Amino acid sequence: MSDATTPVLELRNVSKVYTIRQGLFAERKSLRAIDDVSLKVERGGVLGLVGESGCGKSTLAKILLGLETPTTGEVLIDGEPVGAQDRRKLARRIQPIFQDPYSSLNPRKSIADIISLPLRVHGIGDAASQDKAVREILDIVGLPARVMNSYPSQMSGGQRQRVAIARALIMKPEIVICDEPTSALDVSVQSQILNLLGELRREFGLTYLFISHNLAVVEHLATRVAVMYLGRIVEEASVAGLFDHARHPYSQALLESVLTPDPALGVPDTQLGAAYPNPIAPPSGCHFHPRCPKALPQCSSVAPRPLTTADGRIECHLFDEEKAEPATA
Amino acid sequence: MATTTDPLLEEIQGPTPGQLLRRRVFGHHGLMIGGGLVALLVVVAILAPVLAPHDPYAQSLLERLQPPVFLGGSWEHPLGTDHLGRDYLSRLIYGARVSLMIGVIAALISGLIGTAMGVAAGYFGGRVDMVVTFLINVRLAMPVVLVALAVVAIFGGSLQVVIIVLGLLLWDRFAVVMRASTLQVRGREYVAAARAIGCSTPRIVLTEIMPNIVNNLIVVVTLEMAHAILLEAALSFLGLGVQPPTPSWGLMVSEGKQMMLFEPWLVMIPGIVLFLLVLAINLMGDGLRDVTAPENRS
Repeated sequence: MSDATTPVLELRNVSKVYTIRQGLFAERKSLRAIDDVSLKVERGGVLGLVGESGCGKSTLAKILLGLETPTTGEVLIDGEPVGAQDRRKLARRIQPIFQDPYSSLNPRKSIADIISLPLRVHGIGDAASQDKAVREILDIVGLPARVMNSYPSQMSGGQRQRVAIARALIMKPEIVICDEPTSALDVSVQSQILNLLGELRREFGLTYLFISHNLAVVEHLATRVAVMYLGRIVEEASVAGLFDHARHPYSQALLESVLTPDPALGVPDTQLGAAYPNPIAPPSGCHFHPRCPKALPQCSSVAPRPLTTADGRIECHLFDEEKAEPATA
Repeated sequence: MATTTDPLLEEIQGPTPGQLLRRRVFGHHGLMIGGGLVALLVVVAILAPVLAPHDPYAQSLLERLQPPVFLGGSWEHPLGTDHLGRDYLSRLIYGARVSLMIGVIAALISGLIGTAMGVAAGYFGGRVDMVVTFLINVRLAMPVVLVALAVVAIFGGSLQVVIIVLGLLLWDRFAVVMRASTLQVRGREYVAAARAIGCSTPRIVLTEIMPNIVNNLIVVVTLEMAHAILLEAALSFLGLGVQPPTPSWGLMVSEGKQMMLFEPWLVMIPGIVLFLLVLAINLMGDGLRDVTAPENRS
């Protein structure tokens, strides 16, 4: 089924629509959390997924983990649709590392219990071999074996995140979904965890989907980047391509918004305005047009087509008739 | 390979969780006082036949209404006798059995019902939650004492009927508290992690959710135990609970009320014991919550 050219993880036109009701007699409204997302991640690659809070990054992660089912479209792992696999089978191939290590570890369980849970749930090995596996993985993530009998509250944030990584890796998954794995940590600890993730990827040949709003982190770790806005992927490119010459106005604005250490430069002006649109009633045409500094007349009425570029994809009217060819969808 | 161990970690060599727990339990005055009193009453109730100086049912009209020792009575009947000459201390000791049994069993029955409903509502949400919330509202709209009175009036008052009626009526607080706690815990990332690992729903509920809400459950159990004990006393006082001649603290207050002006201790003694038991149970519940709360682990 799988060969070198099959992407290990692929999303085909995935959408997730939530129906919400504000009040008992209010009419039902739909919220498009994920809107027609198609993505591919090559084996051993790291896809960075960036975007503002509320743009659908975490919903996408939940769909990939099988915690939510897409409304339309499909997720393929190694070319196999995920719907055909059950959750237990999926769990052995794809594992999450969550954002907040203070909430991702059960405070009532010892570290050994937390890390060995996947082995126990899937009935891998006996108690002795599970104990050995826990010791090994603790060593790999850089924690002493002594912490096995500790509880999460006895550990620091960085140590907890190492435990979460150990739990995700103990079943040797192929894909790890990192949902902002460093945003809850101190800056000094962030780099340790990022370096650890990088080393583990090389060691075990892992594939990462790395969700973050921290562009510096993505530049450091990712091989490709997808920029998400209101549930749509507006630009996808290689890391070098995006960071050197971002094309979509939103990508450019995101790059400009990175704070510099020099306070004299002040807070950067992104020209985006403060308002993030209401996802229940998204703007017509291109969702980004009310905030776009380069909006064209047709942007408010016509949704842009996905266009293939030299090294990825973009959805923007600015590039429609110029360099890019329309995507063959 | 990554072997950058945290230097701070090397210093963590504290006491074991067991030692910490013991230290917290013995350092908590409320828990020690409440737990001690409850334990004492449990022992008294279990050892009633050994401890009671007289038969609680033996009447002696010649010795009726004798005052307790501290009001000039004799050591033959340390807490005096009631209007039928029955030894008051012995009846008090046997009455502890009735009160504790009703408290424990009624809280157990309602705890099972309420926890199952509350956890299901909180975990599954949606329709299940709507149905459970509706049932809770229906239950809250029924006055407990009136329903209990009606049921007892139909089926007759006996210990079993009182226990079952109270057990089937007092689950509302369990359901409300467990639903709220479950809602709070199910959104935590460790629940999502357990699902992503492939845990079954019963496993998630039993090993990820229950251990994190059980301290709230303990508090409600103690509250409802105290509540059930007071309701039994109220029902017995109204003559619709435990029937004479069974010794029950509520019944003793009820039987003493006609002589309250001249022999006030007939009402005061069971009243004070009832008050102490309820207070002790509540102190114990508060203390247990304090020592088991994970945020106290350090």
